[in-house]
Amino acid sequence: MRRRVVFRNRWLPYALLAPQLALTVVFFLWPAAQALSQSVYVTDAFGLRARFVGLGNFVALFTDPLYLGALRVTILFSLTLVAVTLAAALGLALAANRPMPGAAVYRTLLVWPYAVAPAVAAVLMLFLFHPAIGLLGRWLRAHGVPWDYTLNGTHALVLVTLAAAWRQVSYNFIFFLAGLQAIPRSLVEAASVDGAGPGRVFWSVVFPLLSPTTFFLVVVNLVYAFFDTFGVIDALTKGGPGEATETLMYKVYVDGFINHSLGSSAAQSVVLMTVVVLLTAVQFRHLEHRVHYG
Amino acid sequence: MVVTVALGTAPAARAQARVSIELWHALANPLGKVLEDIVAGFNASQSTYRVTPVFKGSYTDTLAAVIAAFRAGRAPLIAQVYDVGTATMMAAKEAVYPVYQLMRDAKVPFDPSLYLPAVRGYYSLPDGRMMSMPFNSSTAVVWYNKDAFRRAGLDPERPPRTWPELRVAAQRIRSAGAARCALSSSWFSWIQLEQFSAIHNVPFATREDGFGGLDAELRINGPLYVRHLETLVEMQREGTFTYGGRDATPDGLFPSGECAILEASSALRARVVREAKFAWGVTFLPYYPDVPGAPYNSIIGGASFWVMRRPDATPEQYRGVAEFFRYISRPEVDARWAMETGYLPVTFPGVERMRALGYYRDNPDAWVAYQQLTRTRPTPNSRGIRLGNLPQIRIIIYEEVEKAFQGKQTAKQALDSAVRRGNAVLREFQRENR
Repeated sequence: MRRRVVFRNRWLPYALLAPQLALTVVFFLWPAAQALSQSVYVTDAFGLRARFVGLGNFVALFTDPLYLGALRVTILFSLTLVAVTLAAALGLALAANRPMPGAAVYRTLLVWPYAVAPAVAAVLMLFLFHPAIGLLGRWLRAHGVPWDYTLNGTHALVLVTLAAAWRQVSYNFIFFLAGLQAIPRSLVEAASVDGAGPGRVFWSVVFPLLSPTTFFLVVVNLVYAFFDTFGVIDALTKGGPGEATETLMYKVYVDGFINHSLGSSAAQSVVLMTVVVLLTAVQFRHLEHRVHYG
Repeated sequence: MVVTVALGTAPAARAQARVSIELWHALANPLGKVLEDIVAGFNASQSTYRVTPVFKGSYTDTLAAVIAAFRAGRAPLIAQVYDVGTATMMAAKEAVYPVYQLMRDAKVPFDPSLYLPAVRGYYSLPDGRMMSMPFNSSTAVVWYNKDAFRRAGLDPERPPRTWPELRVAAQRIRSAGAARCALSSSWFSWIQLEQFSAIHNVPFATREDGFGGLDAELRINGPLYVRHLETLVEMQREGTFTYGGRDATPDGLFPSGECAILEASSALRARVVREAKFAWGVTFLPYYPDVPGAPYNSIIGGASFWVMRRPDATPEQYRGVAEFFRYISRPEVDARWAMETGYLPVTFPGVERMRALGYYRDNPDAWVAYQQLTRTRPTPNSRGIRLGNLPQIRIIIYEEVEKAFQGKQTAKQALDSAVRRGNAVLREFQRENR
């Protein structure tokens, strides 16, 4: 039985929604419409000449091996990022949930990285891992590991994932911690009394009850991996070496602002928008039935 | 008394309403500070105009900002655009106000023959009319660590001139452990391909490196280029060459002492003077001695000032731009900029002034850059590169070269691939600017 909120004043709900709607129109709908319209033209950099090409930009994308390469990089990058951040955050949340001296200190320190701006986090990683001037980078090379993310594509992708994950773990940690604390202790105790070991308790009682949080975080992390990792990539590798860390989002920037191919860039952002919308819709459909709302 | 009062109020009213001109640039400190000083000098030298410099980030960011501002009808009147953006700016005929036309319309005396040919040619139409105002022009040189040379048993006053000599020197540095890295290169595409093409007088692209038309095609997979890239890949494998990353990222490797030899812009000077804690020297770019006539003159890099059109701009503002250009072309301003930054003077009177001040006698390294730029008359292959979307082509070159350094493809495959992808970019530019 769904609760309904009733407003006595007919205009109040619209008035309350208006600011948010205005923001959505100005900062999402309007640019999205412009992207859609720009995606069907080929223009020069300054917009002095425009030629209508219909779906030509889109066709060019899907026959471009570089675009498909960026797609592959994006999938690899985002799946790894989501898996790594969720696992790490969950482990830390379980550890921080136990009563122990200094728990508040640990929790604060674990949350702190989220306050660091993505580009700053990336520069931090640069000073740690650069093969020539980074502390850990030089240590690794001195101990025989041929670490060089400026030349090795795999190393670059690992580093970018690490830099992007570092602060996102804090974000996930907060939610997992809150989710864990919302689980009634009586359930956990009942399971232990019934003879379940800690592992069994976790998988059969705790994890299912965490599923709304987990589901929410999977969606947020995927969107983060697709869109909010631009700063990290730009500050660390600029999509290199080769195109090893050029995600779809980064390619939109490169094609639009460095190569001044605004038509192709707009087409790419339209494709990206469609992909994420589909992803989110699929997720809500299929994962919804596995979520246990306590 | 009345006359004095009347005369007193009029100039005051004029001084309050200074004509305002914005200048968007990409020079971070310390270079940006010198530019600001020069602009302040112009503002103090007269009371009609005020130029306001605004730092917009990297050259790429600045150009993107200028394009976005133009599309919104709010372009800055003066925009600093890097060398590789020249073709883009030249193709945007309705967006730019050519300098030759500006100076003529503003009735400000302007003599293009005062500019160094290598500089003037880069920013002019084929018939010599100048489209943009040169300002910060650099060229590429070799920076080397004299202390490391001594440690390796090399003569610090006789640096290598050719590629074979350079390779031997790098090997000696590595085997003596004189530095962790023997040789590296900033701006790999600009120095190892574009400058390389100029000093060996081989074409980078057809149609006189693009000066002759939008239908140019790349020629960077010719035998000399393949041989050079193969040499560098071999050197990387033997540990004498280190690929340091894109654009100016490898710059820091030299002043820190990490790399004993660095091919980089002559404008690295400000950083080297400030940060290097060792004796250093500058020499010419190395060449292959079996190429007939080599070495030829190198080409400029850097940026120039373009004048943008703007619907609400007034003739007074453009007159102010012309006056500003006149000011920065003065020998003492040109010389000051060059002496404080390591960029080259762009006018002959500027060079003469620096010589008269004894600057080249006290700083022989600066003379190297000037000599290299002017040692021969520019040929069709050493006038500069004017290709559309050159920034994109450089990125393609970086990507392919990086794959070669990773061992994923041979030098020939890398350059063939770069030509194929680069030509596609050129054709797209041609299509967009028909």
